[in-house]
Amino acid sequence: MEQLCERILAGERIDGEALLRLEREADLHTLGFLANSVRRRLHPEPVVTYVIDRNINYTDICVSACKFCAFFKAPDDPAGSTLSREELLAKIRETQELGGTQVLLQGGLHPDLDLAFYEDMLRAMKATGIHVHGFSPPEIHHFAEISGLSVRAVLERLMAAGLDSIPGGGAEILSNRVRRELAPRKCDADQWIAVMKEAHGLGLRTTATMMFGHVETAAERVEHLQRVRDLQDRTGGFTAFIPWPFQPDYTPLAAARHIDKTTAVTYLRTLALSRIFLDNVANVQASWVTQGPKIAQVSLFFGANDFGSTMIEENVVAAAGVHFRLSEAQIRHLVSDAGFQPRQRLMDYTLV
Amino acid sequence: MDAFITQAGLGHILDKVRAGERLSLDDGRRLYDHPDILALGYLANIVRERQNGNRAYFIYNQHINYSNICTNLCKFCAFGRPKGDALAYEMSLDEIRAKVRERLDEPISEIHIVGGIHPDLPFAYYVDMLRAIREIRPDVHLQAFTCVEIHHLARLAGKPVDETLRLLMDAGLGSMPGGGAEVFNPRIRQLTCPDKLPGEGWLEVARTAHRLGLRTNATMLYGHIETIDERLEHLDALRRCQDETGGFLAFIPLAYHPKNTELGGAGNTTGVNDLKNIAVSRLMLDNFPHIKAYWVMIGPKLAQVALSFGADDMDGTVKEEVITHMAGAETEQAIGHKTLIRLIREAGREPVQRDTLYNVMATF
Repeated sequence: MEQLCERILAGERIDGEALLRLEREADLHTLGFLANSVRRRLHPEPVVTYVIDRNINYTDICVSACKFCAFFKAPDDPAGSTLSREELLAKIRETQELGGTQVLLQGGLHPDLDLAFYEDMLRAMKATGIHVHGFSPPEIHHFAEISGLSVRAVLERLMAAGLDSIPGGGAEILSNRVRRELAPRKCDADQWIAVMKEAHGLGLRTTATMMFGHVETAAERVEHLQRVRDLQDRTGGFTAFIPWPFQPDYTPLAAARHIDKTTAVTYLRTLALSRIFLDNVANVQASWVTQGPKIAQVSLFFGANDFGSTMIEENVVAAAGVHFRLSEAQIRHLVSDAGFQPRQRLMDYTLV
Repeated sequence: MDAFITQAGLGHILDKVRAGERLSLDDGRRLYDHPDILALGYLANIVRERQNGNRAYFIYNQHINYSNICTNLCKFCAFGRPKGDALAYEMSLDEIRAKVRERLDEPISEIHIVGGIHPDLPFAYYVDMLRAIREIRPDVHLQAFTCVEIHHLARLAGKPVDETLRLLMDAGLGSMPGGGAEVFNPRIRQLTCPDKLPGEGWLEVARTAHRLGLRTNATMLYGHIETIDERLEHLDALRRCQDETGGFLAFIPLAYHPKNTELGGAGNTTGVNDLKNIAVSRLMLDNFPHIKAYWVMIGPKLAQVALSFGADDMDGTVKEEVITHMAGAETEQAIGHKTLIRLIREAGREPVQRDTLYNVMATF
């Protein structure tokens, strides 16, 4: 164990087996010290970044019906809706008035909307000058299916219409065993990676997420991290990694069987393990939306160097009964109070 | 991992901690001023594990706040109300009996009783309250009345503090909670609670209680207008008192909640500030057996993390907590004891259900 720690401190890459060993044997302090040393090697300056943006969910109608989701509406549910152009543009205007630089645009896998709808939506959004961080790989994959085009062709058309970058959502756990169990109608792990590979190849930057703490094993979390690291070795296209725990309330999965909510210690441990393993992903985000301000602040000592977004609007986690809110001023206060300099950034992590 | 502590410039404190040597106030200042919360946690954890091994305690308890009518009206408090205020309340003995009866089916081992400094309830009310609860639940430990209340009760009884305590002990008083300590420093008391029993008076009541064999807790309300030096002075006073008497069981740092208080302020304490106070308390109060992370104040998430930053106790299941919630605490009012056990286990600790005096009632 001591040797393993020395290797990490020396900047050596560790394999999945070593990571599993750390997960089993290392205490919270050790993981904190190791993750913090990796973070400081990659970010020697005492800066913590954040972005001012808003999540916009253009529709909650979704054919995927993932068991961990409390947000979606089935296509035959009359409560499902799609944002009008006016609503969408009003949200962007509000974001820009608050100093926002981007929107995170995501929605359900809608059965009837065609690719032209998304292209029109992007063109209208781009007219405002906002950065569109939009469409996670399951959406891109879905667009390819409904249009009959290749993933590459879909990406090219969306880019031509104004897509700037892709969020790393829908990764959940990149293990096909887990996906078959929880989200069989969603793109599988290989397809998720394939979309990201194409996107990186076309020059789009993306993030990657991991939603853990449901039915996955420790080995499957390692499989997830390994896939992200392997692709990053080839493309270098991921700007950040964002791990966050499954929020069980109101989800079909939690209704079907008892799943305990991931505790703060497990969150911090998982965050630290991610930071240690993903030596080639520059940034790791704290998840204040699921953890609240106190643990998010503490996570700056467990590998996180970014506070994520101000999330002027957030709907998906809120649908699972979690309602933390933070203003830009509060984020800046938490970051300074922890001894770091708060800096607003853009999607690609250039400072504003 | 010792190398990290040396790199952080805390090697000298690490040596002292390993040798079991007492830290000076200067050491305390270095710790409070240090930006690396991981290093503080690591140091505090050495003391925590030396004193309490891998155990993390919790208790099955009930809170009764018999009245919020108070003549002190401290500026950091959102609970106290003047008599006649629309939100003022006081429980009759029958209401208190009913509260206790409501939960007779639960394995409660402690009832925690705290109220305001009421202008006209007679001494007999307090004695009768203890007796009444005793009658209904003779097996339950009564942890009641802060040093501030005891001082007030002695005046009501027209007797010295020790005689007053004896009368209360006869009626069932088993131990005293640690509230009312706030920050002892006279400047802070003048600015925030000028009508409250001064720090020296608080300590004198605690000493008297300890002499009579009563165990008591101690607290510090942090995160308002106090300075680091004033916190350290507070910790030092408690440490000296404990050297004399050995009567304190647990120290509980209490995070100030500004909402609905006269003192107000920018916002709640941060996670880093909370963990720092737990860690520095654990390191400075080397003669206190226990440091409590009171989840009602700092949230169950941070309280769980605090088990690696010096704390060995998460308090209890608690129901109907009023005092902190009046000040805008957004935490739950109760967490089930299954949840507490899970939080402790996932923190890598061994859950121990305790009684008030830290006797082991069950392990899980």
